[in-house]
Amino acid sequence: MIRFEDVSVTYGDDADAPAIRGVDLTVPEGELVLLVGPSGAGKSTLLGTVSGLVPHFTGGTLRGRVTVDGRDTRTHKPRELADLVGTVGQDPLAHFVTDTVEDELAYGMESLGLAPEVMRRRVEETLDLLGLAELRDRPIATLSGGQQQRVAIGSVLTPHPKVLVLDEPTSALDPAAAEEVLAVLQRLVHDLGTTVLMAEHRLERVVQYADQVLLLPAPGTPPVIGSPAEIMAVSAVHPPVVALGRLAGWDPLPLSVRDARRRAGALRDRLADLSPVPPVPVTGAPPQTRPLRPAGVGGPPVRTSAVSSIAGRAGFFRPAGGKIQPRRRLRRGVWGGAPATARRNTAPGGPPGRSLGEIEARGPGRSPGSDGPLAETRALGVRRDRIEALCHVTLCVAPGETIALMGRNGAGKSTLLAALVGMIQPTSGTVLVGGRTPHRTHPRELIRQVGLVPQEPRDLLYADTVGAECAAADADANAAPGSCRALVSELLPGVPDATHPRDLSEGQRLALALAVVLTGRPPLLLLDEPTRGLDYAAKARLVGILKALAAEGHAIVLATHDVELVAELAHRVVILADGEILADGPTPEVVVSSPAFAPQVAKILAPRQWLTVAQVREAL
Amino acid sequence: MSAGLGALAAAVRGWFLGEAAKAPAASSDAPAPAAVPSRWGVAVQGGPRVGSAAITGPLDSGPDAADPDPEPEPAPEESSPTGPIPGPSSPWARGRWRLLSGGWPRGRTRPPVPATSPEPARRTPAPEATRRLRLRAPRASRSNAVHAGAWWLWALGLATAASRTTNPLLLGLLVGVAGYVVAARRTDAPWARSYGAFVKLGLAVLVVRLLFSVFLGSPIPGTHTLFTLPEVPLPDWAKGVRIGGRVAAEQLVFALYDGAKLATLLICVGAANALANPARLLKSLPGALYEVGVAVVVAMTFAPNMVADVVRLRTARRLRGRPTGGIKAIAQIGLPVLEGALERSVALAASMDARGYGRTAQVPPAVRRTTTVLTLGGLLGVCAGSYGLLAAAGAAYGLPLLIAGLLAALAGLRLGGRRSVRTRYRPDRFGPRSWLVAGSGAAVAALLIRAGTYAPEALHPGVVPLIAPTLPLWPAASVLIGLLPAFVAPLPSKETP
Repeated sequence: MIRFEDVSVTYGDDADAPAIRGVDLTVPEGELVLLVGPSGAGKSTLLGTVSGLVPHFTGGTLRGRVTVDGRDTRTHKPRELADLVGTVGQDPLAHFVTDTVEDELAYGMESLGLAPEVMRRRVEETLDLLGLAELRDRPIATLSGGQQQRVAIGSVLTPHPKVLVLDEPTSALDPAAAEEVLAVLQRLVHDLGTTVLMAEHRLERVVQYADQVLLLPAPGTPPVIGSPAEIMAVSAVHPPVVALGRLAGWDPLPLSVRDARRRAGALRDRLADLSPVPPVPVTGAPPQTRPLRPAGVGGPPVRTSAVSSIAGRAGFFRPAGGKIQPRRRLRRGVWGGAPATARRNTAPGGPPGRSLGEIEARGPGRSPGSDGPLAETRALGVRRDRIEALCHVTLCVAPGETIALMGRNGAGKSTLLAALVGMIQPTSGTVLVGGRTPHRTHPRELIRQVGLVPQEPRDLLYADTVGAECAAADADANAAPGSCRALVSELLPGVPDATHPRDLSEGQRLALALAVVLTGRPPLLLLDEPTRGLDYAAKARLVGILKALAAEGHAIVLATHDVELVAELAHRVVILADGEILADGPTPEVVVSSPAFAPQVAKILAPRQWLTVAQVREAL
Repeated sequence: MSAGLGALAAAVRGWFLGEAAKAPAASSDAPAPAAVPSRWGVAVQGGPRVGSAAITGPLDSGPDAADPDPEPEPAPEESSPTGPIPGPSSPWARGRWRLLSGGWPRGRTRPPVPATSPEPARRTPAPEATRRLRLRAPRASRSNAVHAGAWWLWALGLATAASRTTNPLLLGLLVGVAGYVVAARRTDAPWARSYGAFVKLGLAVLVVRLLFSVFLGSPIPGTHTLFTLPEVPLPDWAKGVRIGGRVAAEQLVFALYDGAKLATLLICVGAANALANPARLLKSLPGALYEVGVAVVVAMTFAPNMVADVVRLRTARRLRGRPTGGIKAIAQIGLPVLEGALERSVALAASMDARGYGRTAQVPPAVRRTTTVLTLGGLLGVCAGSYGLLAAAGAAYGLPLLIAGLLAALAGLRLGGRRSVRTRYRPDRFGPRSWLVAGSGAAVAALLIRAGTYAPEALHPGVVPLIAPTLPLWPAASVLIGLLPAFVAPLPSKETP
């Protein structure tokens, strides 16, 4: 169906560094091919060559030949392939041309000039196929994320394309919505024989559906194609189920929880007498020997060094007095006197073991826990118009604790975070952060109490270079000049000052926003959907950074859909639904029994409370 | 004239109620037909040309009494059997109200009546019941929606009517008619909320007009001096301009009438905005203008997104420890907002390209050339024709040239549409209900223009000397025809998205 003949794509004059090179393969009809690889490896470019957007729309030079069902993309523009290839991107909102569901489904067919009766019939069929019939007259803007993504898929299905190209269709969705979308894709492949080419970071969700996996190891390296089990055996990016399979030496590798569970009998027996080391907040907990290295990922050396450098400079985050006293931090120079840069020089990133030991040694001093909770909400209620976004939420955040807020889209996670930073005024109840009411505190003062990295880290970045951004952050936080830049160098090594924030990758931008927020040295750090759009490597780095921060006594609250992230990081999980707290308790207790929120390892090894591959590896 | 008008009103009503046989519409030569005025109570006693004393009757007794509609409010309905409705008992009348409008306007409480009103069905013979059911306004769905163009024609009809009069009572009646229809038939869609904004804009225009009149004076001579402002002395060359000075009641009343007219025009436009789906209206454009329509639709969806971006970025400033208000905040987030909009539009362009936007059919060169010639020639013809019409000498050739030019341009557009391969999915149909909606607006406009010939002094109440305006019966009756859409247009579904 799709033939790549020695395809390479180069952007600009940079002929030495092609985005993709040497792609020479055939995708047969009716297969679901999954495209995996780290960010920037050329996945989107490869997808673009199929729809003709590369190079007709994006520019660049395409060498070789791509044919889709016999049509050469060099001679056919995207619009002339519209009846053959349907393209859906990551952000469905950027895809919609009209304003209601029904019109959107018809739009592609109108462009192709199909007869009105045919259009009418196909719209009805597609509404039923995707379960959208109830929503037909709804304005698209009022739909949930999963519904929008289904409408986007439906809108390219109505012209009956033979090929569907999807660029990260589920990365912005909660687990349930992702299931919805994947079930639809599965149905298309099985019932209609559609060929699907899909790129996705969240392999744990999709890899079991794939017929073939196309691995792009790095920019400009030829791709490898093979059966999912073959590729997963060698791929650096893989889901936890594969990591567990590799650890246990299962062959062939299991790709789904079901396969793994069938083989896991022996492993469960071996683990029967052992018990997992539960994730416990550092405060008051015995020194832990768990490595900071994130589980499940073999890990390139860059990431490890970044993590260790954070850990090595743990003292960097610590107030001089040892105790976090927010009010004292108003003045510059309280932070241990020496400028951050000087400290950096005196503390070059040592080996992880040593720096960890350093953290543990200073254990009691770092704990501000004696002051009581960092943040507290009591019977918090937030109403928007007539909708109760939050209702009677009581939550307590202790220092050093990592809390994960989970729940479907619109459950009130972001609202709770916004209330904690004072972006929203509570309708009832109280919020106290560091002893103050956030929405009545001046922003300048508040950023020393609490920092939020929003869902779109870009919202925090206004300047046109990284350097200017750092300088502005220092000025905002009244920090010593250069302190933000020092943080950036640690979290994001090798990014020059002159880079425009928009030229950074998603992960880099998140790190920059995190550095900007950390410049104010808030004891409480909030993150909204931090892993959205991150590949495994970036996610692993983030986990390392957050663990190091938590180890220093920062309290972290993250709202996320990413169950694997929660399993690795969170000490406590709070599940929200319709603005109310459904469950609040230690991570293993809350997630293991839940079908939606359990990580893969927990599903395989249930009913025991193993959450991550790292725990299992340690125990064995 | 008045007889004809009455006959028309009665005929429309009669037809609509399905009781054409009962209504004395046939007696077209009878002045003030019984059916219509008998519902009017006091006003009818004065006859068609009532004086101001007589007209105060219905006004005093509240807006309901002035409403000629057979079933104005659910509340009076309970007592209506004793009133002039020939025959029916109370539930009958209630059922008829339901049949007519398909429900009560929003914001009113429903009397406890079964939704399907089985009572009239039981009491009346079956054929009549089915006929009533057929006439009853259905729930709105895509297939029976009133054409967006029909709503605009209706609103423009009301606006035309408003432009023919300065009588504040008539203008108020027009605003009331537009407001009632909007209240009864608007949806929960975002554009429907624009009505309130237009009303506020109208009031603002009225206030500005009054302030101008107070501070800048007015050419209207007046004897009733209300107060005197200190006058700013101006040099000789500024003769004719006055700032401050004497303020007379006459000039204020004149400004009030004038401002009220403008405000009514705006409110009529606002009503059209609230009732017609702008995207559907643009879909009705001819094929050759399709691109323009898409551009406008895309802009309309982008504007709210940009506003949301601004709000989000402003609150995000708080996270950086900066104040969220002030001009500086707006200036700093301006660039990120524009960048975001640009990125989104590039993504949208890619999506549209991949979905076949801009596919064209092969058109023979001859057709292409003809299209160009026709369009350009037509536009030139329109220009020359308009010039001819405006110039004193060219009146003879102006009109034919204008018409020929228009025809040529239209033919060019139609031919140009051949290049596009697009088809339309479920275009809005101009069905009977759409015709009634558009027709009611046109009727209001036509009747008020006509009223300008038979009752000019009533449409333009005198300012010098000051006279209290009166509500002329027949023009008022014709304005009320504009209420028809509140009963014939399909009822919007109430479910909130």
